[in-house]
This record gives sequence, C-alpha cells and structure tokens, in this order.
Amino acid sequence: MDTFSSNSTSQRELIDSVVIRFAGDSGDGMQLTGSQFSESTALMGNDLSTLPDFPAEIRAPAGTTFGVSGFQVHFAAHDVMTPGDAPDVLVAMNPAALRVNLRDLKTGGLLVVNTGAFTPGNLKKAGYDKSPLDDGSLAAYRLLKIDISKLTLQAVEPFGLGNKEALRAKNMWTLGLMMWLFGRERESTVEWLRQKFAKNPNIADANIAALNAGHVYGETAEMPQGIHCYQIPKAKLAPGHYRNVTGNEATAWGLIAGGQLAGLELVLGSYPITPASTILHTLSNLRAYGVTTFQAEDEIAAVCAAIGASYAGALGITSTSGPGLALKTEALGLAVSTELPLVVVDVQRGGPSTGLPTKTEQSDLLFAVYGRNGDCPLVVLAASTPGDCFTMAVEAVRLATKYMTPVILLTDGFLANSAEPWKIPDIGAMQPFPVAFRKDPAGFHPFVRDPQTLARAWAVPGTPGLEHRIGGLEKNYDSGNISYDADNHHKMTKVRAAKVAGVAEDIPLQAVDQGEDSGDLLVVGWGSTYGAISQAVLGARKAGLKVAHAHIRYMNPMPKNLGDLLRRFKKVLVPEMNNGMLVKILRSEYLVDARGMNKIAGQPFKIAEIEAEIRAQLEN
Amino acid sequence: MTPLDTPNPPLTRKDFTSDQEVRWCPGCGDYAILAAVQRMLPDLGVRRENTVFVSGIGCSSRFPYYMNTYGFHTIHGRAPAVATGVKLANPGLDVWLITGDGDGLSIGGNHLMHLLRRNLDLQVILFNNRIYGLTKGQYSPTSLVGKKSPSTPMGSVDNPVIPAAFALGCGARFVARAVDTEAKGLIATLTRAHQFKGTGFVEVFQNCPVFNDGAFDHFTAKDVAADQQLVLEHGKPMRFGKDKGLRLRPGSLDIEIVTLGEGGVTEADLLVHDETNRAQAFLLANLEPPAFPVAVGVLYCSPGTGTTFEVGMHEQNRVARARGLGDLNTLMRKGHTWTVEPDPAG
Repeated sequence: MDTFSSNSTSQRELIDSVVIRFAGDSGDGMQLTGSQFSESTALMGNDLSTLPDFPAEIRAPAGTTFGVSGFQVHFAAHDVMTPGDAPDVLVAMNPAALRVNLRDLKTGGLLVVNTGAFTPGNLKKAGYDKSPLDDGSLAAYRLLKIDISKLTLQAVEPFGLGNKEALRAKNMWTLGLMMWLFGRERESTVEWLRQKFAKNPNIADANIAALNAGHVYGETAEMPQGIHCYQIPKAKLAPGHYRNVTGNEATAWGLIAGGQLAGLELVLGSYPITPASTILHTLSNLRAYGVTTFQAEDEIAAVCAAIGASYAGALGITSTSGPGLALKTEALGLAVSTELPLVVVDVQRGGPSTGLPTKTEQSDLLFAVYGRNGDCPLVVLAASTPGDCFTMAVEAVRLATKYMTPVILLTDGFLANSAEPWKIPDIGAMQPFPVAFRKDPAGFHPFVRDPQTLARAWAVPGTPGLEHRIGGLEKNYDSGNISYDADNHHKMTKVRAAKVAGVAEDIPLQAVDQGEDSGDLLVVGWGSTYGAISQAVLGARKAGLKVAHAHIRYMNPMPKNLGDLLRRFKKVLVPEMNNGMLVKILRSEYLVDARGMNKIAGQPFKIAEIEAEIRAQLEN
Repeated sequence: MTPLDTPNPPLTRKDFTSDQEVRWCPGCGDYAILAAVQRMLPDLGVRRENTVFVSGIGCSSRFPYYMNTYGFHTIHGRAPAVATGVKLANPGLDVWLITGDGDGLSIGGNHLMHLLRRNLDLQVILFNNRIYGLTKGQYSPTSLVGKKSPSTPMGSVDNPVIPAAFALGCGARFVARAVDTEAKGLIATLTRAHQFKGTGFVEVFQNCPVFNDGAFDHFTAKDVAADQQLVLEHGKPMRFGKDKGLRLRPGSLDIEIVTLGEGGVTEADLLVHDETNRAQAFLLANLEPPAFPVAVGVLYCSPGTGTTFEVGMHEQNRVARARGLGDLNTLMRKGHTWTVEPDPAG
C-alpha cells in the first residue's frame, strides 16, 4: 500500500492503491466475495483489475491445499492495468488458504484469518504440525485474528438456519468487514443478495445480517495496533458511462454487436469447456438479441453446425478452448476451403492435452495460425484486455463476413474471468458493415470473387437461380466445380493465401503503445499480458531507459508496418505465457533477433518480473 | 427465400439434374438412387432453390454434385451437424442428408445419433453397401462377421450394426428401408420420409459392384425377393412369399414364420403392421436372413407431438423476441454502472 497520510485510527487513512486477496476453500464462496467487493469498488469510482484463481475441481475435499480458491483484486486512485504483483492484504479463511497464499503476501501486509477454521484437523490437512497463529511465524505481518465462523453463527442465529447453512454466510461476514476496512458501500451487495435469493428471502436476510455484522464488527471492535481503516480516492478515468466487465461477457456482447452491425442473425454452436463456457451461457440468455444458441453433442458438431449456419446465411460462431480447437481443425479446413465466414473464439488455457483447465496460458498461438492440414490460412486476432474482447469480437465479425473467411479470436482464461471498469460503447456510434448476399444469377458461380477483397460471393440457399454445390474438394477457379487440375490447385492455394494476406490492408497499422518508435528495446506482447508489460515499461521509462511497448492484436495477418517497426530497435523482447510462440513468428517473418521471455506457470506475469527482464536486456 | 406456398412452376427430372458428369463406377447402385430422387422431386412439388443436399464423405456423399439444387459436400461423418446448422439458420429449407454406412455409422455415428433424437425436420438417406468403397474395399460397421477385406484379411470379428435398430434406439420417429434397384418402393418410401415432419431415416440397400458385389442378392435378387422380403404396409397383415406370414409366438415376444393354411393358420392369426408401434418396429428391424425375411418399407412412423428441433428453437427465439429485437445499448447499461464526469480542473 502506498500510504500518503495520517496514522489515526479514528479517521480513515488515505491510500493510493491496494491489492487484496480473498482465499478459502473452493466451497467458501471466495469468488462471490471477491466479485462483490470489486463491484462495490467500481461503483466507488476506483479503477480496478481482478484475478480469480480457482481449482479445476468443483468441490475439492474441504480443507486441502489443492482445494483452495482465491480472488485477487487490485484497486486504486489511478489507472490499474494488472491484478497486482503481490497482495497487501490476505484474507485466509482456513489453514490451507494461509499455507498456499502466505508466500505472496508483502512483508508487513495485513493478514486476516478466520481462527474458527484453525482446528487441529484443518491444520493437519494443510500440513501444519502446530498452529502458525501461535508460534510467532507470522510476525512479519500485521495479523488480525477473528473467529469469523463463530461471529457469523451468532449473526445469523435469528434466522433459524442449520449449522452448515449458517456457516455459509461467513463469506458475507468477511466481506462486510473488508468493506468497512476499505470504506466500500454495501448497497450493491445487499441488492444482489435480494435478487439472488428472491425465492428464499430468509436466506437473503441471513446473508445481509452477516454482511452487516462484519461491518459493525469493524466499527466497534478494538483493532490491534497498526490496523486502520482506509480510504482510496476515486481514480481519474476518462469521462463516460462505466461498468465492470469480464472478458467472456465482453466477447459475447461484441459478437452480438458484430451481428447487428453486419445485419446478420448469429448461430452459436458450442460445447461446454472451461474457461469458455460462460460465453455459451451469456449468449444463451441473449436470444432476444439476434442469436440462436445450440449446445452441440461435441466440439466438432459445434463448429460444423456453425459452418452450416453460415452456409445458410446466418453468421456461424463457435466458442471453445484449446482441446476443443484441436477437435475443430478439420472443420476449420472445410470453412477455409469453402470460404465461408465463421468466428471461432478460443479462450486459451494451460496445455497440452487437458493441461490446466482453470489456469491461463497463451499457448495456442502457433496452433491457431498454422495448425491445420494443407495450406490453410485464416485470420487470427487477439484481445489484450477484458474490454478489448468486445472490440476484437466486433472486428472478428467484420473481417469474417467481409473476406468470407474463418477468424479465430484468441482470448485466455485470465481475460475470460478477470473484470475491469469498462467505458460502455455506443453501438449507434459504431460503423455498420452490412452484408450483401449475392442475388444476381448473371455471371454467377460460387467462387466468383470481389476483385479487391478476393472474397467469394455469399449466395444463400433459398435464392432462385443461384443453386450451386460447394465442398471440401478443390474447385476450379473459373467455375467453382470440382477440379483436380495441378495448376488450378496451385492458383487456388495462392488465392486463398492472398485473400487472407490482403486483410493487412484493412487493419490499423501497428501502434507503439508507449515510448518512441525507435530506441534500445522494444517489448512486444500480445493478449492478456498487456497490463503487466505496460506497467513494466512505464517503470523502466521512469528510470530513464529507452524502452517502448508495442502490443499486437492482429496475429494473422500482422500489421504491414510491423517489420519496419521491429527493425528500428536495437533489441526486441517478447514476453509470453508460453514456451516461445510469437517470438518464433516474428523471427521467421521479419528476420529480427527477437528474444523470448517465457512464463508458463498458469499465472499472469508480474510487473516486476518483466521490469527485471527489461533491465537485464539493456545491461547486456 | 421463395415462400414455401408460392405456386411451383412445373419441373421435370431434368431440372434437378446438374451439369456435372456422374463419376460412380459402372453398375453402382448409387445411379439408381440418384435417378429415383431426380424423378421423385418434381412430383413432390418442391422448389430447387429451397432444396439443399448435405453430405459427408464417401462414394454416396458425391451425390449433391449431381443435383441441380443447393448442395454441401462436407467432411467425413459431420453432415448431420452441418445440416443442423443449416436448419437452425433457416428452418424453411428442405434438407436431404446423404450418408453411407461408414460415414453415418462409423466416423459420424455420434452425430447421427443426436440428429435422430433431436428430430430435425429433414430426410436422411443412408446408402448401406456394407463396405468402404472410396478407400478401396475395407470392411464397414455394417459388414457381416467374417468379412475379408484389405484391412481384415483373416475376416472381421466384430458384430455389425443394424442401421434401422440403431435409428430406433436413438429415438428416430421415422425409420424405413428400401432397395436401390426397386424404384417404385424406393420412391414411395422416400416420399413418405419427405412428408414426415421430423427426421425421416431411410436405409437403402445399395449394391457396390466393385468391392462388395451381391451383398444383398440373397433377398434382393429377382428370383428370391418375394420370398425373402417382407414388404410392410400399415394396417395390413404381415405376409410374404406365396403363403408365408409372421405371427407372435404365443407366450413370448418372439416372431415366428407360419404358413397359411397349415395347422389351421389363417390371415387373422398374423401380425398386423402398426407403423406407430415402436416395440414392433424393433422386432422387424432385427429380422435377419436366413431365418427370417428382411422387412422393407416403413418400419416405424410416429410423429408424436410433431415437435422438431429447429421449430422448438425458433419458437424460443420468437418468445424471447416477443417485444422486438433486444437493444444491446440498453443491455450493457443494465445493472451497476456509474458515470465519470469530466474533471472540471481539466
């Protein structure tokens, strides 16, 4: 915490920013606690970024270290671009949560523990021989020991709940206390509880009572020395209308916006997969907005149904994660070969195989760009922030329909679940890109092309006079009929490549996000590393280093000025959450000596990690 | 799209024939099926522009190229999924799904299962030749045990799937069989499938003269057909051959063959075909030579509530949009939002 002022406990201490991590059993409701705290924080006018971190098991055995679920929120009176490197405050609901998370807590940080869960059994499950609360091992932290379990049971006693159900409200008690500590309003949570438990007002009232009891506890209890309540002034955000948004929500809304701007009905074919499922859920609730959602029998059927829908004049969409993308590859080839529009959202997660389903990674880049049989080019985009998922989803729809091509939009588990304040766009102010189906039979064949975009005509079943057949066999350039001719295949392969390469004429030039357009070091990133790289470069520049940051959102084709930009720097550093993928593409496409920096830990980069690497690069 | 009730100009077989040269082997049963479909469509009164043939991969899946309608030759086994997308985007299209025993029951078995249980309103023609033709003669999931092929030189050991029983098991509501060269029965059966609101599943016994010639001769050859085929007609007693019939063996759920006039058996003792009876359809689907005749025609036809998947989905869309298309601007401003005012200090 960056402290500005007084130490008085009677009035709030003014601080500039804080990182809080809520940690508990996967059944303790930490995700809800964190997201409710974030919601209230956004309404208070702070900028924020969140990092939910949960196990792949829905309810791992209680009290175990592998069942620990965490939610980190970073909020401040200034721009926030990452969920924060290390927490200033750790809330540990049980010994396992303490064990897993303590190593990240800053020295001198505030540690809130629920002593009620520090039973001999739980201590043993977490691997403690004796309680760390009593042996002095936590002396480096400001420890706040509260029997949250007991206080929660007392608070909800009037509602006559069973013991198990009553204890569930301890996350709300904790939230109430944290809201007092950091001066958050409880209204949004109260409102949310009333809505969530509309059919069971007694449960709603019990949770609200727990929330209020936690808050009252903060107001009245004697706090140990060194523990204050804090105030974080509003951040100076650009004027406008804001809300919190996660990447998957923004992706779903962007797809809807794209469909409306294109004047097309959407058909989503999807199969449940972590961490992409919430796109399916969100869109399934938006049938009123021009989307039909279809939970298919598998990943292949999901993409094939989307392709069938595009063939019939809707825009087919499919959402998935790495293992699903693997299953869809043959169908992607069909969409490339038949030149049908299609949007594929790949919310990347740790791989290979089942990998780390709930952890983030950027390791599908090469697969998205190159991973199909045959010469099989398609457009690949990557969103860099939760809010950017909206913009890039709209862009995916625009390019897919204008160029009659599949587009893969890469996001990742971090973007999918992470929330940030987002200036809500005005659809009415966005440029529409209406699709014109082919109607005229004169001179028609299914692969007749627009001379500029090289896109083929989109002729939809139901149109008289345009009856035609398409398929995955090679077709004649001049008639669209099946062709096994050698020269024709060469020509068609080149045309498909030229069409996708031509998209480079229709996308923004690569901008330098921060710094000059030449210098000692260019840090090139893509995807969700945006915030960490941006802050690291900011730090390095404040220290006088000649470093700049460029963040690529168009992965294939890349902006046409990118090669020149890379060559204007002495060194190029490419931080990625994979074992080196963008760096391979940059080296092979542009013959530059780009160097990789790789973190494959299922966790986002920390700012300090990248800043240290920037310094190391410039010292050598 | 042309509204479905628009009067149709009279069309002929030629109108449904594309300009592409048909490239099946000489003598292939596929020719007969193609001819039957091209002859039938004008009589169904359908419009070319509203008709879509969707296929997977295999010899039979080349079918769409020869039809002067809309057509989509997709990838191996996935035609049911593509067709599902077509119907979701435009339920008004008249879709025919062309598949084979390998395409539909091996690599695409999963999709076919879900298509049938969802009951989309389209027709499936499964060309069953009990062999992989396009890849040069490997055994298929409908090949009989002991089938010698390039991949099973010592004979296959796995039991074949019975397509009609598979379809019934998947919850299909229309299951029928026909023989490639028996044009009259084939057209009548396909016409029934087309009339059916829901998935009309038709297995066609189709001869592959190159890799599996004569696979069905034991019940399709002219000299044995009458004795070895049970031609089903709803409401009619199950008779075949000169004087044979089927009845339930008393006290069991088994079917037995009886001879009329022997032991006092009359037509009144025979089973009467009730195409809405699913249990009976299972018994019929499982009748196999040499002990029994092969049941052809409509084994099962039971529309139930008549609800098809795409109509159900579009009904939900209609309910969701009862107050007009949703406004995304409003949606994104729902819930907790806040306004940041311009900083007066600039």
